[in-house]
Amino acid sequence: MGARSLVLIAALAVGLVSFCFTGHPEAAWPLAQIDDYLLNILILAGINVILAVSLNIVNGHTGQFSLGHAGFMAVGAYGSAALTQLNGKACLASLSFLGSAAPLGLFVLSLLVGGLLAALAGLAVGLPSLRLKGDYLAIVTLGFGEIIRVMIQNTESLGGARGLAGIPNHTTLGWTWLVSLISIYCVGSLVNSTYGRGFLAVRDDEIAAEAMGINTTRYKVTAFVVGAFFAGLAGGLYAHFIGYVTPEGFSFLKSVDVVVMVILGGMGSTAGVTVAAIGLTFLNEALREAEQYRMVAFALLLIILMITRPQGLLGGLGGLARWLPGKGGKS
Amino acid sequence: MNELLQQLINGLSLGAVYALIALGYTMVYGVLRFINFAHGDVFMVGAFTGMYFGRWLKPLAAAWPEWLFASTVLLVSMLSCAILGIVLERLAYKPLRERPRLTVLITAIGVSLLLEYAGQLVFGAAPRGFPSLITSSSISGIEGLHASNIQVIVLVVTALLLWGLHLVVMRTRLGLAMRALSLNPTAARLMGVNTNVVISFTFGIGSALAAAGAIFYASLYQAIDPFMGVLPGMKAFVAAVLGGIGSLPGAMVGGLILGVVETLVVGYSQLLGIPPGYRDAVAFVILILILLFKPSGLFGKTMREKV
Amino acid sequence: MSTLLAVEKVTVRFGGLVAVSEVDFHVNEGELVGLIGPNGAGKTTLFNLVTGVYTPTTGRIHFDRKLVNGLNSSSITEMGVARTFQNIRLFNSLSVLDNVVAAFNLHLQSGFLGALWRGAAFRSEEKQIRNEALALLEIFGLQAAAQSPCRSLSYGDQRRLEIVRALATRPKLLLLDEPAAGMNPTEKVDLMRLIRFTQEQFKLAVLLVEHDMKVVMGICERIAVLEYGRKIAEGTPEEIQKDRRVIAAYLGEEVTDA
Repeated sequence: MGARSLVLIAALAVGLVSFCFTGHPEAAWPLAQIDDYLLNILILAGINVILAVSLNIVNGHTGQFSLGHAGFMAVGAYGSAALTQLNGKACLASLSFLGSAAPLGLFVLSLLVGGLLAALAGLAVGLPSLRLKGDYLAIVTLGFGEIIRVMIQNTESLGGARGLAGIPNHTTLGWTWLVSLISIYCVGSLVNSTYGRGFLAVRDDEIAAEAMGINTTRYKVTAFVVGAFFAGLAGGLYAHFIGYVTPEGFSFLKSVDVVVMVILGGMGSTAGVTVAAIGLTFLNEALREAEQYRMVAFALLLIILMITRPQGLLGGLGGLARWLPGKGGKS
Repeated sequence: MNELLQQLINGLSLGAVYALIALGYTMVYGVLRFINFAHGDVFMVGAFTGMYFGRWLKPLAAAWPEWLFASTVLLVSMLSCAILGIVLERLAYKPLRERPRLTVLITAIGVSLLLEYAGQLVFGAAPRGFPSLITSSSISGIEGLHASNIQVIVLVVTALLLWGLHLVVMRTRLGLAMRALSLNPTAARLMGVNTNVVISFTFGIGSALAAAGAIFYASLYQAIDPFMGVLPGMKAFVAAVLGGIGSLPGAMVGGLILGVVETLVVGYSQLLGIPPGYRDAVAFVILILILLFKPSGLFGKTMREKV
Repeated sequence: MSTLLAVEKVTVRFGGLVAVSEVDFHVNEGELVGLIGPNGAGKTTLFNLVTGVYTPTTGRIHFDRKLVNGLNSSSITEMGVARTFQNIRLFNSLSVLDNVVAAFNLHLQSGFLGALWRGAAFRSEEKQIRNEALALLEIFGLQAAAQSPCRSLSYGDQRRLEIVRALATRPKLLLLDEPAAGMNPTEKVDLMRLIRFTQEQFKLAVLLVEHDMKVVMGICERIAVLEYGRKIAEGTPEEIQKDRRVIAAYLGEEVTDA
């Protein structure tokens, strides 16, 4: 990744941070005119970008096939909500030294805790799944995702099947996109290094990678853990945006949503996947009225795409890719 | 003791359904080396076909004996699904025959979603009642044991279907070609096996068995909806892996084991300390354990990548 | 001269098939040894055993006096064994240069965190690896194609790139699996020169599986012959050429098939 994209990301990050801390988006100049509806879509888009970019390191760069991303998102969502909603008072009290910034501090802390819990779950999924490939791995990750969901459903302290309501609305546009950029930067930087060539080598040929001294096991687990961590962050952001989470919201279909973004964007292309995540979020909103037809159309699109253009709709997005890190995938 | 016997009967009839679906996974995996993700949704279509056809036929067949009515519905549903399976393979999977397995897998997920959501459009999202094909009655020989006649019929007809499948696979030319193809695709092709015909045949048989499973499932539980195939589909896949994917006896045994274990876990949830809500997680835990400790399953063979 | 690789009474069975049977075999430091035999004699299987792709059913393999049975491939590579593949296995989505860079992974100082932080140490290491990779490519005449996708290389160049990639792991023993396959006679002569050169330059031991007898007889100091998974002869090229069992094993098969 060139200095150019570093500068670009740094500039964007500074801009975003500056209005993260102003609390409300109205204070930020270019976004002053945004209405609530658009704002919400932009936040959802940001969360989807995090999900898609983080799934991409597993499915795209490392060539594994995870269908359990929603499970990690659920761990992050419930993990962070456990701090801010379930134990909010106690946690706030222990952060009282932060003064008026305590709620915000707790929010950031809860996001990190959610992310780390999800990363642990990623480790738990990654380790036993190592011997599996392709379709087997897909089913096992799907199974893990479902087990996570069933566990939450049966945990009364987390609200069981009813879900968990009253999660404080801390998530702003600024926070969402700050985390999005961090995830893009991290995945991009990881992949674009000698170290990161290991991920791509594992994807291209595991046996040759091993023969070149690349510890494929470690790379696969790393990919799972990093992917799960960011999915956990996305879950935390989502919980503190919607304010209400249910186990059903993190079902297999949510995982498929993210998989579709990664496939449309082109597996292994961070830029393509980012664009696909944003585009699909807007498309979903536009087609909300026609919800039933939307999924039929998506399914057809997926099939036709695989038959005619398996590298993804946006795979090989030359011009844009040069401005974003993670142009590693050429396949 | 009676309690245990009761659970075993419940478990076996559920397991018979899993076994019928699992056979489709395992047969397709045998010839094409891929997991037909949409198989559970073909199962769902089978149930709806049975429902619509059953409702339509009922007034016309008022004078028929019950067994004739029920088997007509079963056969029509099996036939429709066989055609559906063959058409799906031709349209969606055949163009991808030489592509990476991941591409095929994603396509299969697409087909699965398509069937589910198109099903939702056509059949409606709400659960529908399945017409009773056979008047339900209780057979009780031993006190405290409640086996319904439907459970018994399910087990008997499943056994008949499995026997029929065995004959087809072991005694017919197509069955021989199917076995040849799953042993060595290249050699089979060189020996003049018509791959396309065999693959269509495999999809047809697998889908028909899934439809039979669907009619049984719907008769046992009486409610059907467009997403009903997702969980039984996945569990049947687990059954196929448990038995050793690619192995027909494996799929049968795996299905039965899974049905029994699942029912026992729920039936004895208090004793085991597992909440009954974990019912749907049982299969996945079994899957993970099997893949960790004996990835080839009970009857499967280990395959080695050529370097 | 001390023994680098020692294969002792190694047998491997796949189901009922005995692919390699009771093979005793060694390679000394800095030695260039050939391994020949008819198709299906177990040469590649022996490579796979040495590099940890398969584990011997019985018998022991020592490298550098350490037992390597049961270790995974990457740890064996870490000890100093590198290989090429008979059926080329390059990292297809990567450029020529990145194929080599990926193989430097083993000796990388800055790992996960370095790649995220991108500090001065990371940048200088990346630069150094890049230069080293380019230098290796230059030896094999591939520097001009460094940025091209490796799939665009000719068959012979892909085989050469496999050697470069293996060298990037800084091995003590290089296993070459039919490096001359698919090359024309000029390329083969060139390859022989290159193998000799790298052996001397990097002070390597080389174990060579090759069907082209001109190549094998031309550069190997010692040759072992396998047939049906058993070692039937071992000796200098002159001895092997005269060995009756070897001649019998090859009878009916064109000796110089490529």
